Amino acid sequence: MTAGERPGAGLGKDLVGLEGLSGDQIVAILDTAEPFKEISERRIKKVPVLRGKTIVNLFFEPSTRTRISFEFAEKRLSADTVNISASGSSVQKGETLVDTARNLEAMRIDMVVMRHGSAGAARFLAERIPSNVINAGDGQHEHPTQALLDLLTLRDRFGRLEGLKVCIVGDIVHSRVARSNIWGLLAVGAEVAVCGPRTLIPLGIEELGVEVFGRVEEAIAWCDALYVLRLQLERMQAGFIPSLREYNRVFGVSSERLATADDDLVVLHPGPMNRGVEIDSDVADGPRSVILPQVTNGVAIRMAVLYLLAGGRPEMAEAAKQGEG
Amino acid sequence: MSARDGVAGAGGSGPRRPAGGPGERPLLLRGGRLLDPSTGLDGTGDLLVSGGEIAAAGETIEAPETAEVVDVSGLVVAPGLIDLHVHFREPGGEHKETIRSGAAAAVAGGFTTVWTMPNTDPPIDDPAAVGFVRAEGERAEGARVMPIGAASVGRRGEQMTEVGELVLAGVVAVSDDGSPIWHAGLLRRLLEYTQTFGIPVLQHSEVRELAGSGVMNEGRVSTALGLRGQPNAAEAAMVARDIQLAALTGGHLHVCHVSTRETVEQLRMARRRGLPVTSEVTPHHLALTDAEVRGYRTEAKVNPPLRTEEDRQAVREALVDGVIDVIATDHAPHHYEEKEREFDDAPFGAVGLETALGVAITELVETGLMSLGAVVERMACAPARIMGLEGGTLEAGSPADVVVFDPEERWTVDPDTFLSRSRNTPFAGRELTGRVHRTLVGGRVRFAREA
Repeated sequence: MTAGERPGAGLGKDLVGLEGLSGDQIVAILDTAEPFKEISERRIKKVPVLRGKTIVNLFFEPSTRTRISFEFAEKRLSADTVNISASGSSVQKGETLVDTARNLEAMRIDMVVMRHGSAGAARFLAERIPSNVINAGDGQHEHPTQALLDLLTLRDRFGRLEGLKVCIVGDIVHSRVARSNIWGLLAVGAEVAVCGPRTLIPLGIEELGVEVFGRVEEAIAWCDALYVLRLQLERMQAGFIPSLREYNRVFGVSSERLATADDDLVVLHPGPMNRGVEIDSDVADGPRSVILPQVTNGVAIRMAVLYLLAGGRPEMAEAAKQGEG
Repeated sequence: MSARDGVAGAGGSGPRRPAGGPGERPLLLRGGRLLDPSTGLDGTGDLLVSGGEIAAAGETIEAPETAEVVDVSGLVVAPGLIDLHVHFREPGGEHKETIRSGAAAAVAGGFTTVWTMPNTDPPIDDPAAVGFVRAEGERAEGARVMPIGAASVGRRGEQMTEVGELVLAGVVAVSDDGSPIWHAGLLRRLLEYTQTFGIPVLQHSEVRELAGSGVMNEGRVSTALGLRGQPNAAEAAMVARDIQLAALTGGHLHVCHVSTRETVEQLRMARRRGLPVTSEVTPHHLALTDAEVRGYRTEAKVNPPLRTEEDRQAVREALVDGVIDVIATDHAPHHYEEKEREFDDAPFGAVGLETALGVAITELVETGLMSLGAVVERMACAPARIMGLEGGTLEAGSPADVVVFDPEERWTVDPDTFLSRSRNTPFAGRELTGRVHRTLVGGRVRFAREA
């Protein structure tokens, strides 16, 4: 039985990260997302797949895109949802994560989608409550649904993932998006490289099986897809780079730098963008950009993950969507 | 004269005699394996303890009529273990450990003397605080508790404490452990000034600007886990600097909890040059690597962090060949709820007193790296020798600080049975070889395992 035929694609109770998932499992999630794409194109964007399920979106860090994307996915699958953000909640009053978890559990919820500033927080929660836990970003560790929507976008564009050359450019050290993409891309047989100033490339990254480019020009010459990461403005204050201006001059992805690239080369970005820093506007808004398709795919991917963790079978997703599941 | 002889002889006031009263009646430990590398003793025999001292150790000893006789056949009788690095948290952190519970945990682990670090709240930086620790230590009736004084006022790394006053009050060393003495000028002055009193400076070696806010070793595992790392160089760079200061001043530098292969290289160079530098390694750095952190296990969050396999091999080799002098636990108790947190927020530290001997025998003797005698040497004789302490020997006339242990008994670490108030050990559930049965301090049985 392949991952595509098992309940929940064999993911188990939680989706904490892509590290350790097989290529089959990841492809099964992407396949499950395909039929869900269409729901968001309907006039009435609602199917009863998760009717009666209660889901808590627990966001300890500010997030707009990810939180809204999850919320749309949940609502379009008919789940009942509650949003909790750190400010104004008991968390801000000094409650520990373990107590928050116990209290949520006491209210008999079915799923938790959590964003947290500390690496390992999603796993910590998952080990302590019987509800399904979906990691919506834990510190610098992983952001698995982001990487899944990136893979789906790449597959839409190229029709394949195996053998695809993807280079992630920017602040790798502090990036959960980079880590999840590295695990996910390697699992499905893509080739992965990273590029950025050495201060933002973590020690031991080569041992994960990725190539390192020192110059963005080399990366552009090598890759099929350039994944541009957001450069947090506080990295300059912390001394990782001397200035944003210099970063843009040396590592910024501009149309001049892309002029000699292969016509098929695409540019991804997880958002929100710092236009004029890591990416120039004419690239972000240009023909190579798949940044908005990424956002669209985010809702479908999150629907697929919610459906699978609720015990759905990948090959039944089409039927479930029609209200027969 | 070797570097270590030089260090031992540096004390101006002669060996520091630990306090300890005479036992009520003589005690004869009969038929054990007497193992004392300090005198070259290794063979079956009897040990007679009387008046708080070791009266005789030999093949067959006639028991005085009044003596209590205990059959210890099949067990090893060795000098009591000495731990130069523990945190007992009192005053200020009594929910983690008290001097009393710590001293009890120590004898349960075979330790007869412990040196307590001064990073309590308030810190042990004045004579009254030193007096408090000593008095509590006496009342605890466990291992001998010897306070280490703070090296700088408030442990702030700025102004030297009144080292002379602290020594008069009873400190055996000074240290800002938990923090490095980062100011090179202050460390230089300390290494000079302490020579008047013949005490060492114990250094927690960490370049703060390099360690940053790292919560584990920096490398492949930290990269995968997305946790901030501390590079090996954060430790080794400060050790390199400090060795130069020991060379400059002739003061006794003791490097705490060595964790990296680069630090070992520095220490090897210092030893070759005959400098007054000694060092210690913890059982967890001998046994574990940063892979232990996978799963965000906060029990494996210690400082310095667990390093890579290459580092672990290097500190083991250094202990075998004597470049690292002693095993010290860095016993660092924390309440369970402080450890049941996000990895970033959990405190550094692991308890070690009640597992140290078992870990040492399992990791070093069972693997064939060291003889049992060599482990006793590194845990009992060497600490006494490098610090100029009495004890660490079964020689007649010495304080009767003795450990009796079964070197082959296999047991499973169950933190719920610890006498320490805390349970934070990375060895929970591990099967270890070698278990303490009886611990004598000054001739008195301070710990005896129920059969």
